[in-house]
Parts: sequence; structure tokens; C-alpha cells
Amino acid sequence: MSLSVLYDAPGPKTRRRSMIASIVGVILIVAFFFWMYLTLAAPRVSANGAIQPGTFDPSRWDIVAYPDLWISFGNATLNTLRMAAVAAVLAVLIGILFSFGRTARFAVVRAITGVVLEFVRGIPVLLMIFFVFLVFAAGSYWSGVFGLALYNGAIIGEALRAGVKSLPRGQREAGLAVGLTPIKAWAFIEFPQAFRQMLPIILAQLVVLLKDTSLAFIVSYPELARTISNNRNFFGSRYMFTLFAIGLVIYLVLNLTMSWLARFVARRSGPKLGKALPNTPRQIGVDGTRAITLPGGGYGPPDPPH
Amino acid sequence: MIDAIIDVSPAYFAGFLMTLQLLVISGIGAFVVGVLIATMRISPVPSLRMFATAYTEVLRNVPLLLVLMFCALVVPILGSDLNYYPLALIGLTAYTSPFVAEAIRSGFNGVPVGQAEAARSIGMGFTQTVTLVVLPQAARMVVPPLINVFIALTKNTSVAGIFFVDELFKQTDAATRDHPGDVILVLLYAALLYLVITVPLGLIAGAIEKRVVVMR
Repeated sequence: MSLSVLYDAPGPKTRRRSMIASIVGVILIVAFFFWMYLTLAAPRVSANGAIQPGTFDPSRWDIVAYPDLWISFGNATLNTLRMAAVAAVLAVLIGILFSFGRTARFAVVRAITGVVLEFVRGIPVLLMIFFVFLVFAAGSYWSGVFGLALYNGAIIGEALRAGVKSLPRGQREAGLAVGLTPIKAWAFIEFPQAFRQMLPIILAQLVVLLKDTSLAFIVSYPELARTISNNRNFFGSRYMFTLFAIGLVIYLVLNLTMSWLARFVARRSGPKLGKALPNTPRQIGVDGTRAITLPGGGYGPPDPPH
Repeated sequence: MIDAIIDVSPAYFAGFLMTLQLLVISGIGAFVVGVLIATMRISPVPSLRMFATAYTEVLRNVPLLLVLMFCALVVPILGSDLNYYPLALIGLTAYTSPFVAEAIRSGFNGVPVGQAEAARSIGMGFTQTVTLVVLPQAARMVVPPLINVFIALTKNTSVAGIFFVDELFKQTDAATRDHPGDVILVLLYAALLYLVITVPLGLIAGAIEKRVVVMR
């Protein structure tokens, strides 16, 4: 069985060479991590000759025994999730509004929505959160929520619009022909199909949203990133590495779980194999064509068995 | 009102130039690293593939703020004496590179498999197949998503402002404190400067995308 069309199934000689390359690669990577470990663990001599303990010295980790530390990180995780959950719901709603506005019957509505969308998509989320915070005096939680919801709503809106546009025209025409008003045809015929088709993109965007809650740092919302920095101010900067490591692990667990969930749901409820609508943007690998994909998995749709 | 605009302009332009610098330098860096990672992901050597996958997976799931926090607050404790500016460049490059790699990979996946099969069946090897047949076709398809990555990078440079780099967002932050009466104006001015970079890039991406679709 060949793994990829790009090269032959390896023969004994190539297999051996590739094995050697793999071993060398693994050794290099392990050596790199070992070197990093040593560098981190080594005591450091600062400019004035004072010797500071290494990163893995117990004196840099004794704070893990304080329950308060874990309570603060627990609360921070909940705060992050609280913000992400509310912002996600709002983002989808705003996305629906945007996509509706972009396909409205009146050119004025379309034009205004287009300008707003371009504006919202073109500026940094950080600036958006800051904007809501200062201009609407919304408090740190709601500025984070609205800033994130607006930005991600704009992106979800564009995805939904592309989804509606890719539907066969007959869908809408059939709806109108049986007497639905244009709005009803959009709501009952076009939108549900577009939503389902774009679900993978929407879910991926919601994972981005979860990551971006860290930007609420700027308005001092006590989410994970802000908690790292608060704890650093409280316990002292000698614990920075420890605190950072804890925060990083929590983020990785949260985000990897979300990414995995998003991929799982997308696989379960995305367009089914062979059922893709005629005008859908061609997704290589879904409609039976095999992509030049690469062994080792990834983000694309799974290769059909061959 | 006009006073506020005139007053903040010098700082804004300095910030704008810094933002551009961050964008261009870390953009080039991320492109180079991204191509390397993408190459590793299609290479026949399993350990390289695994490394590239792990690198992508980890960096894509860490918020940019944390990456830059690592660069600005952790790296100095580890005994580096770099300024915040090169540290921010390193952080932005590292954060953006997996997205570049994914954009390149999606371009590769967009080339119909028959192309590679045809190349292989007339006897081309791995290098020939990739450089002569797949890459030229993938390159066209890679450009729009790649531009989108750079648009995202433009917006992401603002996070460097939190970590002591004097770019546009940091100047905006300072300006809102200096001109509490004209906060909206000062913020819109900064937004406009970001749009000056992102909107044209978006238009270019859209135009190229349209041409690629027609050619296919």
C-alpha cells in the first residue's frame, strides 16, 4: 500500500534510510528538549553576581501548595469559558444578521452591511474590545463578549453568505413557487442548508474565539492570561515560569478539547459523502476525488479508503 | 477635535511604521518557517512529519497573547538580553508559521490527485513531481489563503503593543488617555490606519481568488 502518490512505496533500502533519518530526527529533537531542560534548570548568575536558583528548583514551585493559587486558576478557567460561551452564541446570532443583511433585497441595506462588515473584519479584535470598553463603558466582561462576538460574527456571517450563495438557485425558486415570502424562503429553505454546510467553518471559528478570550486581558477581565499576570504580581516574578506553565497547560487542554470536539461534530454533521450539493465549493477528498494528502493526518477531510 | 487628530498624528505614524515593520519582518520569517514546516509535513520521513504535526497542533492551540507573554516575560528570566522588539518578532513569527504551513498544505490538497498520478506514471520522482507539476499549480491556489494569513498577522501585531512594543495599538492606548474628550475619534483614527493595510490586502486576495477560480 502506498502512503502518498508523491512517492513510491519504499523499498528495503529506502526504508532503512528513512529509518535512519527518523532516528536521527528523534535524537535531535530529544537533544533539543534536553538542552532546553538543562538551560532552564541551571542556576543563573545575574549581572551583579547574585546566583538565582534554576527554573525547576523547588523554591520556584512551592506556590503550587497554596490552595489559593488553584482557586484563582479554577475561577479564571470558568471566567474564560463563561466569556467564550456567551460570545459564541452572540457571534452566531450576529453572523446570521450579517448574512441576512448582505443578501437583503434593498441595495442600501446590502451596502451598509458591507461597509460595517469590512470595518469589523479589518481592525484588530484587541482594538474592538478596547473600543467597546471605552466608548460604551460596558464593563470588562461585556466589552470582551461584544468585541469577540462582533468580530467573529462578521466572519461567521461571511461563511453563511458563501454557503447560501453556493446553494442551487432552484432551492430558493422552489420555495418562492410554493408561496413562501422571500424571508421565509431564506429562513426555512436556504439558511438551514447553508448553516449545515458551513458548520465545520463556524465551529473552527468558535475555537478561534475561545483562544481570543485571552485578549480580554487588555480590559483586566480576570480570565486565564490576566490571572497569570495577577498571580505574578502577587507571588513575585520569580514564579513567572511556574505560573506560565500552569496557564499554558490549561489553555492547551481547553483548546485541544474544543478543536477535537469541533472536528468530531463537523465529521458527524457536515455534508455527507456523495450527498454534497451540486454547486458546493469543491472540497477535494469529499466527493470521491482523492486529495494529494499526506500521510500523518491533519485537518482535511479523511481520505476515503482506497 | 481637529487638535486631537493633529496632536496624535506623529505618534500614530511612528506606531503605524512599527506595525508595518512587525508585519513585514515577521511575515517573511513566518513564510520561511511555514514553508519548512509544510515541506516536513509532506516529506517521506516519518519523524519529520510527526514533528511538523506536533509543532502545528501545539502552536495553533495556544493564544497569541500567551506566546508573546512567553517571549516578553519568560524569556528574559531565562537569561536572554534581547529587547522587546526582536522578542515580539520571534513570537509573531512562531505563532504565524503554522498558519502559513496550513495555507500551503491546503493549496497542495487543492491540486487534483490525477496531476500527481500522471506525473508519477510517466516516471517522475518525488522531487520532479513536486517541483514541476504540483508546486506550480498549488502556488496559485496558495496565494489567497496566504494573504488572509498576512491580514490576520497585521491585526495580530496589535497584541505586541501589550508587551511593550511601541506599535499602533500602544500609541492608541496612550492617545485615549491623553485625549479623554475625543476617545471615539482617536480610536476611529487608529482603526482607519489598520484598515489602510487590511482592506487593500483583502481586495488583492479576492481578485486573485476570482482569477484562480476562473482558470480552474
